[in-house]
Amino acid sequence: MTSPSARLDRGEHLDRVESGERLERAESVHSGERADADERVRDAAEPRPARGAERSSRGAPGRERLQLSHVLFALPALGFFAIFALLPLVGVLVLSFTSWNGIGAITFTGLTSWGEVLTRSTTWHGLALVVLMIMATWVLQTPLSILLGTFLAGRQRYRNVLAVLYFLPLLLSSAAIAITFKSLLDPNFGLASGLNMPFLKQNWLGDATLVWIVLLVIIAWQFIPFHTLIYQGAVRQIPQTMYEAAQIDGAGRVRQFFSITLPQLKYTLITSSTLMVVGALTYFDIIFVLTQGGPGSSTRILPLDMYLTGFRGNEMGVASALAVILVVLGLGLALGVQRLGGKDASASQTEGA
Amino acid sequence: MHTPLISRRTALGAAAGASALALAACGTSGPGGSGSSGGGDSATFWQLSGQPNEGIYKDSVDVFNKLDKGTIDLTFFQNDAYKQKIRTAIGAGEAPTIIYGWGGGGLRTYAEEKQVDDLTSWLEENADFKDRFIDSVWGAATVDDKIYALPIGATQPIIMFHNKTVLEKIGAKAPTTWDDLLDVIEKAHSGGVAPISLAGQSRWTSMMWLEYLLDRIGGPKVFERIAAGEKDAWLDDAVVAMGDKVKELLKVKAFADGFESMAADSNTDQALLWSDKAALMLHGGWTFGGMKASGGDFVSGGHLGYGPFPTIEGGKGELGDLVGNPCNYVSLSSAASDAEKTVAQDFFLEGMMTDDVAAAFVDSGSAPVVTGQEDALKASDDADYLQWVYQSLQDAPAFTQSWDQALQPTDAETLLVNTEQLFLGKLEPEQFAENMNSGKGA
Repeated sequence: MTSPSARLDRGEHLDRVESGERLERAESVHSGERADADERVRDAAEPRPARGAERSSRGAPGRERLQLSHVLFALPALGFFAIFALLPLVGVLVLSFTSWNGIGAITFTGLTSWGEVLTRSTTWHGLALVVLMIMATWVLQTPLSILLGTFLAGRQRYRNVLAVLYFLPLLLSSAAIAITFKSLLDPNFGLASGLNMPFLKQNWLGDATLVWIVLLVIIAWQFIPFHTLIYQGAVRQIPQTMYEAAQIDGAGRVRQFFSITLPQLKYTLITSSTLMVVGALTYFDIIFVLTQGGPGSSTRILPLDMYLTGFRGNEMGVASALAVILVVLGLGLALGVQRLGGKDASASQTEGA
Repeated sequence: MHTPLISRRTALGAAAGASALALAACGTSGPGGSGSSGGGDSATFWQLSGQPNEGIYKDSVDVFNKLDKGTIDLTFFQNDAYKQKIRTAIGAGEAPTIIYGWGGGGLRTYAEEKQVDDLTSWLEENADFKDRFIDSVWGAATVDDKIYALPIGATQPIIMFHNKTVLEKIGAKAPTTWDDLLDVIEKAHSGGVAPISLAGQSRWTSMMWLEYLLDRIGGPKVFERIAAGEKDAWLDDAVVAMGDKVKELLKVKAFADGFESMAADSNTDQALLWSDKAALMLHGGWTFGGMKASGGDFVSGGHLGYGPFPTIEGGKGELGDLVGNPCNYVSLSSAASDAEKTVAQDFFLEGMMTDDVAAAFVDSGSAPVVTGQEDALKASDDADYLQWVYQSLQDAPAFTQSWDQALQPTDAETLLVNTEQLFLGKLEPEQFAENMNSGKGA
């Protein structure tokens, strides 16, 4: 339990304690949940001299009185958040009650934009596609990420080499990936003619079904490395003692995986799923470059619909209403996924270890 | 990384919108707050990237900047990105001094929102300048009898290109009637090549087919009524007949396999033609330069053929009718300062479309919109093609502006969405007409 990553996590934890319990909960959407979960693992697994010292130096383990310094420290972050997140959000909310073509005067038209958003078929179509995207992404990426993450958690050298290879797509920008794949998938000058393999000559981006398979695979190719990385870290945090105990009890590898590894990954699963679900809700770049929502409107998911309505169709009011819907959906989904595992957050994950 | 908090990406979009909102307020409250000021007078000019035009425009600006009449700051943008960026910039009061565009419906919205200057009186003062241009270019620059834009660049009619080698191999001739066209399609199939190259994903490429089909069936008046916003103009019988022709083409698999996946920005549609994989391609005149540059000896070896769009039996449109872009346009931003405007106007007169620039266009294989180019065209490497284009323009009974430029931007987007659906076979012609008439999108 003194691996470098464990020590790193400890440091992260200290920061977290400083910023208070509530912030910790909020930030867990970002990247904290895993550390959070690991925290619990180690909380139970060993006495914590570092943490104990930290607590005693502060006196009481409970809440502190609000001090001026706290406010001052929070101010820059809050300021940025207000200017770059809250203010635009309010702006969008206001715009959703207007009609605006992007260059002319902005006229308040009450609920007209909302009426149009809720009655036109594109919105619901886009929403259905988003749901499809979220579910398909999760079903496709989660099992693969867990398996890969578990595999790469081993310390053998060849696994480290493979890990580096697997993580490569993580370094590429979405636009670059999309442009590259677009060239590769070109029916006349892509892989099919390059490799002289006629079966690769498919209408990849022009067929309503095929295009979805292409999109899901490319998105998975890009993002599985990221989730693998999360799971790899999490698997490495599982106390070795649990596996030793299981081995003594005669559990095989498969049994160990399902009875120890998977349950131990619960909180990581929630983190990863939150990121995946919310990410899928806002997928834009790859789809925009690859298909522009086509063929027809087969891949015109809601975020893309918002962009095309606003910046191609120049209906900023309608686009803003769509943006508001997306924000609400995103917040709701993130909270929902957190709730899934949040009820027994205080329960020990390492009972019996 | 794809891990932004929910609101990160939406917030970014929102930020763009909100800052546009805030800046729009500034932009209307006082002219010329933004833009570069001080350090000698200068004006900004955004242009489209892509050779050969990028080089020509850059040279024209370099030459002007040496005249000591101020400086033009030139920036290049990729075509599709520019179309969205310029609109956002104008809305935000951050427009360049010289606004490059396509005239028509887009220009109308700028003019109606008082974002571009009325140049009518300036042109009267500079009548010599105005008379240098071909008459037909002023239509798309005029909004309610006032001229808001000046022509720039070359004229770009849509042309039916063909590959002579392929046509010879399959034993067909360049089509001048609908039956000819069907004949080419049939023979191409038996000859193992794609009949028609089309980059369907780009949508405006498919729209070019609609433009000619409607003209040949119903004559140029049908779209004139549509562009003028007449009630139920889209419900004309010719529109449905046009859709039926598309259906007919789809039924005989007229377009290259996988055309729905092809996008024009990678020029694979041109490559299909010059690599002898397709027989025909309906495309803008600007692709001539592209095929000349990329196609090896395809153009120089005389393998590229060109001609008018076929006529349709019983239709009202003539073989000589053209559709396309008369040329590109530049307007003067109303938000620019007087100093910036002066520099820009000097550039219009003494840099933008001088004889040298016109000659550079001829060299690149396009016909500039300046009069008196006959001799230059005759002397050029591409004399046959250029003279044919130039002559077609002068003889054309009607020149219809590209629909997506002629219509208001919102209508143009609706058009492109429905066009794609029509070419995917997901929309019946009657439904297409009704969607367009009611402004219904996807």
